[in-house]
Amino acid sequence: MKQTQTIEENKPVAENTQRISGSEAIVKCLIAEGVDVLYGYPGGAIMPVYDELYKYQDKLHHVLTRHEQGATHAAQGYARISGRVGVAIATSGPGATNLITGIADAQIDSTPMVCITGQVASHLLGSDAFQETDIVGISTPITKWNHQITKASEIPEVIAKAFYIAKSGRPGPVLIDITKDAQFEELDFSYKKCEGIRSYKPIPKVDNEQLKAAAELINNAKKPLVVWGQGVILGEAEEEFKAVIEKAGLPSAWTILGASAIPTSHPLNVGMVGMHGNYAPNVLTNECDVLIAIGMRFDDRVTGNLATYAKQAQVVHFEIDPAEVDKNVKTDVAVLGDAKESLTELLPLLDKNSHSEWHQKFKDLYQIEFEKVIKNDLHPTKEGLTMGEVLKEINIQTKGEAAIVSDVGQHQMIACRYAEFNQTKSNITSGGLGTMGFGLPAAIGAKMAAPEREVISICGDGGYQMTIQELGTIFQTKAAVKVVVLNNDFLGMVRQWQQLFFDKRYASTELVNPDFVTIAKGYFLNAKRVTKREELAEAVKEMIESKEPYFLEVCVEKEDNVFPMIPTGATVSDIRLE
Amino acid sequence: MSKELKIYTVSVYTENNIGLLNRISAIFQRRHINIESINSSVSEIAGVSKFTIVVKVTEEQIKKIIGQIEKQVEVIKAYYHSDEETIYQESCLFKIKSDLLFEERQIQNIIKESNARIVTVNKEFFVLEKSGRRQEIELLYRELSVFGIMQFTRSGRIAVTKDEMKISTMLEAFQH
Repeated sequence: MKQTQTIEENKPVAENTQRISGSEAIVKCLIAEGVDVLYGYPGGAIMPVYDELYKYQDKLHHVLTRHEQGATHAAQGYARISGRVGVAIATSGPGATNLITGIADAQIDSTPMVCITGQVASHLLGSDAFQETDIVGISTPITKWNHQITKASEIPEVIAKAFYIAKSGRPGPVLIDITKDAQFEELDFSYKKCEGIRSYKPIPKVDNEQLKAAAELINNAKKPLVVWGQGVILGEAEEEFKAVIEKAGLPSAWTILGASAIPTSHPLNVGMVGMHGNYAPNVLTNECDVLIAIGMRFDDRVTGNLATYAKQAQVVHFEIDPAEVDKNVKTDVAVLGDAKESLTELLPLLDKNSHSEWHQKFKDLYQIEFEKVIKNDLHPTKEGLTMGEVLKEINIQTKGEAAIVSDVGQHQMIACRYAEFNQTKSNITSGGLGTMGFGLPAAIGAKMAAPEREVISICGDGGYQMTIQELGTIFQTKAAVKVVVLNNDFLGMVRQWQQLFFDKRYASTELVNPDFVTIAKGYFLNAKRVTKREELAEAVKEMIESKEPYFLEVCVEKEDNVFPMIPTGATVSDIRLE
Repeated sequence: MSKELKIYTVSVYTENNIGLLNRISAIFQRRHINIESINSSVSEIAGVSKFTIVVKVTEEQIKKIIGQIEKQVEVIKAYYHSDEETIYQESCLFKIKSDLLFEERQIQNIIKESNARIVTVNKEFFVLEKSGRRQEIELLYRELSVFGIMQFTRSGRIAVTKDEMKISTMLEAFQH
């Protein structure tokens, strides 16, 4: 074996090494990390890696998306449904900058993702070379970690670190930028997974005193309310969570990203909190005596006006990220740590309870919401179709077993409100960033990570057209994604705000749309349009029964609004029903 | 917690890494907080770098910022301290025409009284160095500016704390 010529000279050459190129090393690292699919788009500065992907295609399946943004969202969908790290790959310059939206989305929604970008050769860095862009600089504020590799010998260690950082603790996106010369350069390759980084403690230790204090507050509560978030899902703590709320009889509400951690039908599940959440948990947030937040971060869409949010309550916060504690809502007791560990240790400290009177309040308020909102959404008597009845039909046909991948807007709120979930990791949506265009590519990634599951993408006519070209990816890969577009010929959520807060001045929200069915058929997909109520059930049934990708457009009422609603800056308990 | 704006010295112990300065300064930029001064150097621990950052914020803000800084993968530990809790200094250099040293007797007195130090003298100019608190440096600046200053530069704050920073013991614990 030849001696390496770079900085490796001083290091003893490890045993079991192979002399290979940097680009081959990258592919071998991905395989060693258990990656089976990655999403991307080739280009000049990443070509050596693509050449190796060609060689290793039996071990590592590369999916060519039609835009790099689609690659990131597909990687996110893959990660969200499986809990594994999603991988996206792109070339330098525009390829890299097209990843930015997906990276920002993954950062704010704590999605484990590794992005690999090619970069111009190291001697050209800073010279404004063709397709050179400072992607490390650009991505710094929206990555959990990023790094530029200029020497092949750095590749194994840096990629191992990337996967470790992306997945551990509170997950997030990592970007690794690799110069083209480092891809060509040879190294003595051996791979070792990263097991720890000195400056990085992903999971804080659970403090027993805090845990006891939390248990005491919960045990003494007369009107407790749990609000859980994605932390329960990311920590794979669904069973522990269920055990805790069942033992203490805690009514539990979810944030949009927490949805599906326990089944929709669970008797302690009292619905969604936040701007378009359910009436009862929002109103009772301002009546509970102890608010128990688990793996959630008090986003402004959840809290409304912080000055009037749960002021009467003592707040217990179970959280993995110390920076989230006291960030928005002052806590009385904070239990840092991984949800699975904290909740396991909490369980024996809790008293059995049922809080039946308090539960009745949730039921009473649900009735009010049902009469004012839900009935009209799910069982409309007017002529036009509602988004809600489409979801109801999907629930019936899938029996709540589907993963729902929504885009952003009115249809998203309707999907999250009405989709029924029996399994965890089933609600995949862009929560924190609100990325229109997320739904279609994310569904592709989700379907590939969980081919045995029914994956239904629910889009609006606006967001759908932001990444509509990914129909090409569906056609080419035959990923059996079901795509539903709820078409109201409007950017519906913005139109709703214009109606309510801008005096019905519909500035640039009306869409003159193409024939979506023809477009889907242009990609050789099965496609159907529904305009009447009597066609809906049959069309949804046909879509669900199809073993192939399927596109369904449902033309819904143009100017329906999503209620309940907490207007921006209002108090949660002032939630409007109409 | 007090909403009063106060000067805080932030000490950040980090791995030495390209780009970390960007990552840390972005945390302030994003919140529209002006960095009064920033200094990067080695620390008392081999292989560990230290940023000393001075900002004027509320205590509530600085606590949240420390949380965000510590969240960065390559940050080992971050602390914040008020002026009362630290010993701090700044340093500055004045470049002044050499003629003035002989023509204006007053300058010699100023140098003496301010405990400033002459670093170099040549035919054209001399360079004066002064370390101390901001007010002392500002006073010296005002006194010398009457005579004309060719160049002036002031460093960022450097500081040590009165109490121990438990960073070394923490790092030892990390190794196990």
